[in-house]
Amino acid sequence: MSSVLPPTYDRVGRHGLSPDVTHDETARFNFLTNLNVHIGQKIFPGTKLAFESRVAPAFDKAHGRALRDQCEVRDAMKCDPLYQFWAATRRSTMEMRQQSGRHVVLRQLGKMSAKAAALNAGKNTLVLDPRVTPPDYLAQVDNHWMPGSYYSEATPGDVLSGAAYEAGLFVTTAGSMSARGDGAGRALVRYLAEKFPDFKPRRILDLGAGVGVNTLPIVQAFPDAEVVAVDAAAPTLRYAHARSQAMGYGNVQFIQASADDLPFPANSFDWIQTTMFWHETSVATVRAGLKKIHEMLRPGGLTLHIEQPNFAADTPLWDRFTRDWDAWFNNEPFWRKLHMMNVFDEMAAAGFGRDRLFDGATEADIEPGMYQDWASTLSRHKPELKRADDAANDGARKGEFWYLFGAWK
Amino acid sequence: MTDIDVNALANAKAKGERPYFFDDPAVERVFSITLAVATELAVMRERLDTVERLLEAGQPVSKTAIDAFRPDNEAARERQMWHAEYINRIFRIVHQELEALKNPELNVSSKDLADKIAAS
Ligand SMILES: C[S@@+](CC[C@H](N)C(=O)[O-])C[C@H]1O[C@@H](n2cnc3c(N)ncnc32)[C@H](O)[C@@H]1O
Repeated sequence: MSSVLPPTYDRVGRHGLSPDVTHDETARFNFLTNLNVHIGQKIFPGTKLAFESRVAPAFDKAHGRALRDQCEVRDAMKCDPLYQFWAATRRSTMEMRQQSGRHVVLRQLGKMSAKAAALNAGKNTLVLDPRVTPPDYLAQVDNHWMPGSYYSEATPGDVLSGAAYEAGLFVTTAGSMSARGDGAGRALVRYLAEKFPDFKPRRILDLGAGVGVNTLPIVQAFPDAEVVAVDAAAPTLRYAHARSQAMGYGNVQFIQASADDLPFPANSFDWIQTTMFWHETSVATVRAGLKKIHEMLRPGGLTLHIEQPNFAADTPLWDRFTRDWDAWFNNEPFWRKLHMMNVFDEMAAAGFGRDRLFDGATEADIEPGMYQDWASTLSRHKPELKRADDAANDGARKGEFWYLFGAWK
Repeated sequence: MTDIDVNALANAKAKGERPYFFDDPAVERVFSITLAVATELAVMRERLDTVERLLEAGQPVSKTAIDAFRPDNEAARERQMWHAEYINRIFRIVHQELEALKNPELNVSSKDLADKIAAS
């Protein structure tokens, strides 16, 4: 049997703020999920073969030398018909997923926003600050082709951005983030329990928390801790807070602030987390953010980051091209620079002792019992990370694979 | 609440220049429309599958019943299988190109062979 079958969309974890999804909307998400799986599993490997068997040899012949870097690979691949097909399908699939997700939410936006407003009303756990404006890098292009990004509204005070983000997450990732989109947060708490079972943080910060999918497993794992989730985008936070309330998580505070200007005193957190956050920022934000994280941590505190791994000296040219692809074609402009940065050097420059740094890998933790038993969740980044020694390689829990780095203060 | 144009907003373009991958942007446009039409056919097929299953189970078929339908484990697998097979069918030409790339020795031109045989 050669077909990889993803779980169906009706298995997505629902909560009190989930949109109604009709039969045909579900079917559309199912088709788009399968289309994503197909181009990832069956067409994408062919683009590598095209590179090796015709694109690279043709370049050698024409220039009398081998390709030197990923920009040359990009320009050489541009004319390859199989690559063109893969890239155009990926683009179209993403546009359809954005369209479908937005349509589901937009047609019931008034109702959903009112529900969120009721859940948010009178709660001191949502703190919005109108002085916070979207960082310049977010304002110029919409990350991963998401119209309006995290910070735009269709109507004043609505929850469009966060709700549409959550509605489409399953489709783009083919379910590999787990049924509630919280596979990374689940993996984190499992990682901590296994690696540092004695670590009992009392105050936790999740920076760039988005809709909070990965914050909630932390809240659940440390019920006595005070958890603070920060994001720069008000509409996303409005949704995140209402969602956490609807799911019964009262003990988490959502605060609007920018990583470049965080309103917390020194020595005020035991654990500061970022999950898939830095790659949508900038060099300046990474540097200022890490410095501030060092300052905000209490001595003995921990900072952990789930991120794209940077390139190693021996990262093959093809992998450099495919990993930089999003910077050129998926509106993720910072990926390219991030891949070249050395996170250990950055952490050291921010004040962390070199002997206190560590890294590793972790795999999305798929919540048991949510998906069908025949369904597979794919691990897109696995090949890149096989060098990481302490991978959580439990075959039963196959999901997205991530690089993780951190430090103790 | 504020009146909004749901369809226009759903179709909104993401900020940033759209990359085109085919040599001719007109091809990209036709391709994108074709994929969207293919999507809608898949939606229709899944709906028909639901109607069939409701009928088979002797249940009333209505818009509400269709929206409330949740496939069981086996039905869901069959429906995903259909999507996978359908995509294989519509992408056939690309799979054949890929196969040709994998087995260059199996791409002898019939025209060349005809000329060769005729000359012998
Ligand atoms: C890819 S999302 C990450 C979501 C989340 N951590 C998760 O695991 O689902 C990136 C988030 O970072 C936020 N963001 C970007 N720049 C920021 C900044 N300078 N300060 C705070 N949040 C920022 C965006 O609004 C967005 O919600």
